[in-house]
Amino acid sequence: MTQNGAYAIELKNVDIYYGPKLAVKDVNLSLQSRKITAFIGPSGCGKSTVLRSINRMNDLIPSARVEGQVTFHGQNLYDANIDPVEVRRRIGMVFQKPNPFPKSIYDNIAYGPRLLGVKGKSTLDEIVEKSLKSSFLWDEVKDDLKKSGLALSGGQQQRLCIARTIAVEPEVILMDEPCSALDPIATQAVEDLMKILVKQYTIIIVTHNMQQAQRVADYTAFYSIRKKEDVPGKENRWGVLGEFAPTDQLFSKPNSEETERYIRGEFG
Amino acid sequence: MSANNTPSNYMPSGEAFKRNLAGRNRRGGIWGTFYYLSLVVAIIALIALFLSIINQAFGYVVEADTISPTELVEGGDLSTLDSPALAAILLENVPGRLIVYTRDTLSRVSEDVFTRTPLREAVAGSTLPAGTEDLDITDITAEQRAEILGANLGADVLVDYVTEDVVEANVERAWSLFESIPAAVTQLFGQPNPLLVEAIEEYPDGDFYFRSWLTLDFITSRGSDEPTVAGIRIALLGTIWVIIITLGFAFPVGVGAAIYLQEYATDTPLNRLIETNIRNLAGVPSIIYGLLGLAIFARALSDITGGRTILSAGLTLGLLILPVIIINSQEALRAVPSSIREASYGVGATKWQTIWNQVLPAAMPGILTGTILASSRALGETAPLIVVGASTTIFRNPLSIIDKFTVLPIQIFDWTSRPQAEFRAVAAAAIIVLIVLLLLLNTTAIILRQRFRKSLQG
Repeated sequence: MTQNGAYAIELKNVDIYYGPKLAVKDVNLSLQSRKITAFIGPSGCGKSTVLRSINRMNDLIPSARVEGQVTFHGQNLYDANIDPVEVRRRIGMVFQKPNPFPKSIYDNIAYGPRLLGVKGKSTLDEIVEKSLKSSFLWDEVKDDLKKSGLALSGGQQQRLCIARTIAVEPEVILMDEPCSALDPIATQAVEDLMKILVKQYTIIIVTHNMQQAQRVADYTAFYSIRKKEDVPGKENRWGVLGEFAPTDQLFSKPNSEETERYIRGEFG
Repeated sequence: MSANNTPSNYMPSGEAFKRNLAGRNRRGGIWGTFYYLSLVVAIIALIALFLSIINQAFGYVVEADTISPTELVEGGDLSTLDSPALAAILLENVPGRLIVYTRDTLSRVSEDVFTRTPLREAVAGSTLPAGTEDLDITDITAEQRAEILGANLGADVLVDYVTEDVVEANVERAWSLFESIPAAVTQLFGQPNPLLVEAIEEYPDGDFYFRSWLTLDFITSRGSDEPTVAGIRIALLGTIWVIIITLGFAFPVGVGAAIYLQEYATDTPLNRLIETNIRNLAGVPSIIYGLLGLAIFARALSDITGGRTILSAGLTLGLLILPVIIINSQEALRAVPSSIREASYGVGATKWQTIWNQVLPAAMPGILTGTILASSRALGETAPLIVVGASTTIFRNPLSIIDKFTVLPIQIFDWTSRPQAEFRAVAAAAIIVLIVLLLLLNTTAIILRQRFRKSLQG
């Protein structure tokens, strides 16, 4: 993948289907490098689906299908000659529930680099230390790197997952509601971390928490739901991108009445 | 919910509620008692089984020698004699058995041509009396046969033969453990042992003692027609060989098939058909697998397997447990949480790297549980091995996977069907060994499983 194009990631006319069901319709979005973009919107609006299409995580669901273009520095990620494995190494992901591997802290971090063929204890030691320092976990765990990743607290586990993602040196980090399973103190730690990481990485975060979007995001994308009014049932709902703007602007002067109602908490 | 909610008439309250609750608790109690009784029945059955086995494997016996060792050697200790002397005893007492001894111990050719093959070939490598090289075993005199045995066999082997066929200790009468214990208790209180009194009356020359049929000798001796010296070495070795082949074949193939079906195969009608059929195969009676094994391994592939051999038997049992391993492994793989897969893909792992590094280790405890169940089944199988052609009377250790063999269940089956009552005690002892082997196998697998589980939880 080559580095060109004005934006890090662009979505052009993206439609996403699960089998015959349309999940997200006609998303157009351009995201700048080294900014935090938040995806907000009511449940079922497809914000996670869009996020997972950016690193082709949707490929793991056999029935999922993406139409349109998702480009990374101008390169369409869905071109036939693009291997999703490379996409995921360049565009890392942190999940809703902290999911460390059932291995030691050290092995959790070293897993990705080892897959890529990085060998030698001193090199791996260096990567582990650097990654853990980047996620501000080093001081807490440096004395027992052999301890299982699952033995850490929820917030530490999530920062371990962030360190694990950083270890393979991606350019973009996708975060799918990374704080929804954490308490407020752990949430604060992850948010602080994001603000530091954004100096090096492009970050996209899905969140249910509008205050969180306001606290951390440079840009915010609001997704909403459209449905065929005459046909009842979930099958006839799909998500669309409602509004995309700098965070301050979206929260202070929303363009549409729907956005305004959502950020006032009238539906969710 | 507002505070002024007035209760509807649908929900029972007061006395009615109490009656309702008592009824619900009573129904729960009845079911609980039923489950408890089921457990009690199962435990009673298990204890009864163990007791009946132990009951037969230990107890008082009266043993009498056909010829006392003191008549054969001064002091009665056979181990002081050398090979030629022992061979001479055999020659004197059981001249007709010498051909069989030679065949069982020194033969280098197959059983059916042994008596027609010149000794030079038939017992190649053994020292022969002058001028007998070109004759076969039936052409030479009994003295010459004894000379061959004396010159080529170790004293320990010959002592076994003398003990078994010349001294020929016979158990004249055996009592069960539950008959023996009261007698022993009587003796403990200073009263004469009633069984001893009975034994002296009936067998004045006999040797009365408490015998454990399960001894180290029992485990290390080969099979015999004499219950007192019969052992299970050959059958035990056969069982170990067969189970190694069975697992060596079924575990990798079964887990591999499960990985393919669960991780790679797409949801097509053909794949669904294959999966359904594997489930059905798990329920096919084992004798059918025996016929399959006979047709494929023992007959069609006899050039590779050597016919009715350990390899044929192991592969047959492997086929038998393959469906069970596939089904259990598939369940275990399916139970691995998707979060682990996503985490692995998320840092740029390929499909195979994800399966090998994350999915398979996480599924391993479940896979091993399935394998424990399957191998326990294989260990106790008798029917398919009878069909494939296990022998019941072989006296040579199986030396390779293309040797003839017998296994513990078949040896037990053979002993229980013999007329002499003492063989039931021998069979009981063999059953204890089989159960211990089963427990050992299961323990190993459980330890392995715990280790995997521990390494997963940290």
